Amino acid sequence: MKKTLFDKVWDAHVVDTIENGPQVLYIDKQLIHEVTSPQAFSELENREIPIFRPNQIVATADHNTPTQNQHLPVKDDLSRHQLEQLARNCKKNNITLYELGHKYNGIVHVMAPELGITQPGMTMVCGDSHTSTHGAFGTIAFGIGTSQVAQVFASQCLLLSKPKSLRVTINGTLKKGVLPKDVILYIISKLGTNSGTGYFCEYAGDVFENMSMEGRMTVCNMSIEMGARGGMIAPDETTFEYIKGREFAPKGKDFENKVAYWKTLPTDEGATFDKEYMFDAEDIEPMITYGTNPGMGIKISENIPNSENESDKKSLAYMNFTEGESLVGKAINYVFIGSCTNSRIEDFRVAANFIKGKQKAKNVTAWLVPGSRQVEAQIIEEGLKTIFEDAGFELRQPGCSACLAMNDDKIPQGEYCVSTSNRNFEGRQGQGSRTILASPLVAAATAVEGTIIDISKQLA
Amino acid sequence: MEKFSTLISTTVPLNISNVDTDQIIPARFLKATNKKGFGDNLFRDWRYDKQDHLISDFALNNQKYTGNILVAGDNFGCGSSREHAAWALVGFGFKAIISSFFADIFKGNALNNGLLPVQVSEEILEQLFAAINNNAKVQFEINLEAQTLSVLGTNIKTTFEIDSYKKTCLINGYDDIDYLLSKKDKIEAFELQKTHSL
Repeated sequence: MKKTLFDKVWDAHVVDTIENGPQVLYIDKQLIHEVTSPQAFSELENREIPIFRPNQIVATADHNTPTQNQHLPVKDDLSRHQLEQLARNCKKNNITLYELGHKYNGIVHVMAPELGITQPGMTMVCGDSHTSTHGAFGTIAFGIGTSQVAQVFASQCLLLSKPKSLRVTINGTLKKGVLPKDVILYIISKLGTNSGTGYFCEYAGDVFENMSMEGRMTVCNMSIEMGARGGMIAPDETTFEYIKGREFAPKGKDFENKVAYWKTLPTDEGATFDKEYMFDAEDIEPMITYGTNPGMGIKISENIPNSENESDKKSLAYMNFTEGESLVGKAINYVFIGSCTNSRIEDFRVAANFIKGKQKAKNVTAWLVPGSRQVEAQIIEEGLKTIFEDAGFELRQPGCSACLAMNDDKIPQGEYCVSTSNRNFEGRQGQGSRTILASPLVAAATAVEGTIIDISKQLA
Repeated sequence: MEKFSTLISTTVPLNISNVDTDQIIPARFLKATNKKGFGDNLFRDWRYDKQDHLISDFALNNQKYTGNILVAGDNFGCGSSREHAAWALVGFGFKAIISSFFADIFKGNALNNGLLPVQVSEEILEQLFAAINNNAKVQFEINLEAQTLSVLGTNIKTTFEIDSYKKTCLINGYDDIDYLLSKKDKIEAFELQKTHSL
């Protein structure tokens, strides 16, 4: 039978099937962080169940961490307590932890791929919905709740019904200034926030084949924003080249054997999907969101559409936007470049390339937050930090930061923030904050101009 | 986990679609290391204004509406995987949520906490909101064994789907850890024969 990439990886991990019920799926790697793991550790402790495979778990501190003065004790009591709890839990259970200050510390979905922990054909989970990021490697990776974190602790398995399959194919060549973030915002704006629910999505076609691993991660990262538990892209030479030589990547003969296996994973010619969508690369332009869910996106050149839907109206009222208006020219006081969607080296290269020789607008507070210590080091090594500082920008230390504003990086009440993160939900970046999602290029341009500009015109 | 049997209750209507888990429980309340107290902050920024005063016309604050069934708009629970959302709903006192569509991760989290997600058609959902609008004290009956939802005193009655394994778990108060631990031998055998992936 012809199989999809998803089928191949899923089927290779089924331990058992319950009649008329879910399957027992084996999980190769579990990533954990401070926010969604403590209750799972307690659950096992209370029931006197040991952690089954501690060497298949990797932990990092990212959600709740400050992005300044990381060498000092964390000021906020609750945050510090949560971080200390993670350290205690990991130590007690022999789990590797890249805590604050460790050279490998970073956002869980930036850290694992750059260390070569993420590999094609694996199953990976984390108590974080953006675990879909790792699907960029041809990995089945998805977010889980804390009860499931505990289940994997106890058994290295989960009980799951096999999701349906969806494929989004985009062929053609992307226009200048159109980045992977625009591609995924475009897809979600076309398909809506729940079209993927119950599905695993494969992204196929020239556009994804020609994308870097960083770009593929940006795309897969936001699969959950259309409801899909995960997104996947077939592993190819770009994937193998990225993994080769990384800290935990297989080495020598082992690597060659793995590559031979990984090459068998792409979807068979003629395999069928439950749902298919096709788009043309030429139709995609730099995107921006205007509402309070990631599906409410438009091309920067477009106006906010009319809608009869009450929830859409509530959303526009929250954003203080009106139907039919353009966002070009809107004054913006906050810009955030970071998050597991866009905090990799390539994102900062794009931003630096635009910013070089220009100055940050006076009205703008801009936070540039690398995804990991390694990205931070590379930013410095490539001279990007100097470019940012010369232009009046401040480079912060790694973490989830203003994406979910659990730390001090909060956008004030009523303020707009052009953000490279993944969610524009009400209050996501701080109580009363108004988020406008965009690519790192659009974010950089906004920071320089102090207003939203039609970047495609400037590049033309 | 608490056992789920037949539930008869008045309802709280929340006719908003795409309610994300950031609204159910904002991130700033995720710093706890236990499961307690999340109910107090359920829908925090919709329930309270900036001065921490109750917003009286928000459904959960409206004294007209009581009970432990939440009737919500389409695509409930989208966004973040935080199970804290389920803990907050359970902590507040909800035992079931009715919607025309649930986000995947939320649905799983709810089931793992004995909170029953009842998915109905969009047409039925509209009828349910209309019935509540007509009489805020109308009672709903959810029978998990029979997989039925009825609005008492009306002719609205519908069936709903639930995975038979999960249904058994809810009725008996079992959780997945018990089941998975019973499969240890199979899991270890699987690990032994696995030649790739790690």
